Amino acid sequence: MSEPAVRVERLLKVFDVPEREAGLRAAAKGLFRRRMREVRAVDEISFAIRPGEVVGFLGPNGAGKTTTLKMLSGLIYPTGGDARVLGHLPSRRERELLSRITLVMGNRNQLQWDLPALDSYELNRAIFRIPREQFVATRDELVELLDIGDLVRKPVRQLSLGERMKAEIVGALLHSPQVLFLDEPTIGLDVTMQKRIRAFVADYNARFGATVLLTSHYMADVEALCKRVIVIHHGRILHDGPLTGLADQFAAYKTIGVALENGQADLSRYGEVIHRDGDWVTLRVPKAETSSVTARLLAEEEVLDLNVEDPPIEDVIELVFAQGRPA
Amino acid sequence: MSVQPVAVATRRPGAFRSLVSFYLATMRMAVQEQFQYRTANYFYMLGMIAEPIIYLVVWTTIAEQQGGTVNGLSAGYFAAYYIVWTLVRNMNVVFGAPYWEQRIREGDLNRDLLRPVLPLHYDIAYFAGWKVVVIVLWIPLAFALSLLFDPALSPNAAQVATFAVAIWGAYLIRTMLQESLGMLCFWTTRGAAIFDLYLAAELLLSGRLVPMPLMPEWVQEIARFLPFQWAFYFPIESLVGDMSNVELLKGLGAQLLWILIGLAIFRIAWRYAIRRYSAVGG
Repeated sequence: MSEPAVRVERLLKVFDVPEREAGLRAAAKGLFRRRMREVRAVDEISFAIRPGEVVGFLGPNGAGKTTTLKMLSGLIYPTGGDARVLGHLPSRRERELLSRITLVMGNRNQLQWDLPALDSYELNRAIFRIPREQFVATRDELVELLDIGDLVRKPVRQLSLGERMKAEIVGALLHSPQVLFLDEPTIGLDVTMQKRIRAFVADYNARFGATVLLTSHYMADVEALCKRVIVIHHGRILHDGPLTGLADQFAAYKTIGVALENGQADLSRYGEVIHRDGDWVTLRVPKAETSSVTARLLAEEEVLDLNVEDPPIEDVIELVFAQGRPA
Repeated sequence: MSVQPVAVATRRPGAFRSLVSFYLATMRMAVQEQFQYRTANYFYMLGMIAEPIIYLVVWTTIAEQQGGTVNGLSAGYFAAYYIVWTLVRNMNVVFGAPYWEQRIREGDLNRDLLRPVLPLHYDIAYFAGWKVVVIVLWIPLAFALSLLFDPALSPNAAQVATFAVAIWGAYLIRTMLQESLGMLCFWTTRGAAIFDLYLAAELLLSGRLVPMPLMPEWVQEIARFLPFQWAFYFPIESLVGDMSNVELLKGLGAQLLWILIGLAIFRIAWRYAIRRYSAVGG
């Protein structure tokens, strides 16, 4: 069994956040005595990621996803616990580690704003000590994969959000990192661009065996890339396992889609009718009753077609957050 | 995807060569950025001379009213002092302490921390590149001001050599001090009041406002034990004044000492400051 690429044990990050009531009086009081509140952004979480694995890191805003990624990439110090990436302590920010990881944040610009991306790439070559031939080969390959041949010669400020994101990704991967922390890499992009970046990440992972930890609010990203997901809420892990297992663990119902000879039949006695499209009716039924309802439908109605499915992953995730119980 | 994985033999360069390569790449980028905006450069040149011309007009007028000199300093000396001042002042422009406030608040530090290079190196290299442009812009200005104000300037070779080193020494002293001061931003989100205090002290004790010989004796005495004049008055005086070779060497030694003190303060402050970083703003 190989050493995990990322190993996290009881990782803790506590922020001291100043807070006060609204108004002038509270502001004046704050001059003399400041009230602080402890926020446990990441609350003793543990997980391990094998080399080459692509893991989705899900959670609502403020769940602790980005804080965890920042600790894993050495940006911030943990308050407690232990984190190892490729065997290194990220908080030490050793060159050996920083040269083998990358963090892409969808809402941040890492390239020089006024210059063409090519100039920023050149700087990255010097920073990461990439030999010239390797740099040129990797750069050209990434530029071709992301299809931004002409764009890297334009000043970054003149690129659209999607173009900039692709240029950012090239810059972040020039040193051929083995571990990718991707924080909302498709945020704000149109559907085509999202697909393109998804395909690229999958390809990069397949070709170079890179480990990927990805946060995204777009379930399509997660479904396309991640077999395993870690769900975090209020700094604690609610689920760590296969994406498909989420529905088994959290969804209390399944959906039954059915097409009948008599398309207008009233099916409400079998379950909650949540959608009707022509002859096709979608029912929501409690998970425990799925078999018996299916059997009754087949026995009592003239069924042309029928399928049983877990609810959409977005609904399951919503349920997970609503239930909010730690795994 | 049609492209095949890259297989290139890799031989990574040594640490020192890599650092030199990093400095050159960053400097080159700074120069490119600076040349990006033509109009901004013209305005920058105007800004470069606005402040010294005011000082120059005031002091030459006073000198003329007092029979040609002020405290033994001639109008020609003032002209030379403030023409050289323009360059030294611009060599003194660094990533100031307030920039650290912005860097932390806007999340720019995240980018810097993901690089396996201490941000201080980037700051020094970036502004060193910027200085190259400043020197190029200064030359025609200095020539024009010389025609207008008739400076008394006749340095020997040792003075010119010292000046060439001292302007970079000034740059490094001020960089170290400002970067060290900037570390306060990890403890307070609004350090502007402290930075202003620093700037006021620097204005008075560096030779920026007036040449040091015009300050009271006790102020000059205090200034000798502070870093400010080694980043301002000394480089100017090394070219404009009549310092002996020993004095020139001592001056360079004082600069080196303050660079090392500033670096030590920065390294200690950085070690503690970075633990407090919460990486907000992205």
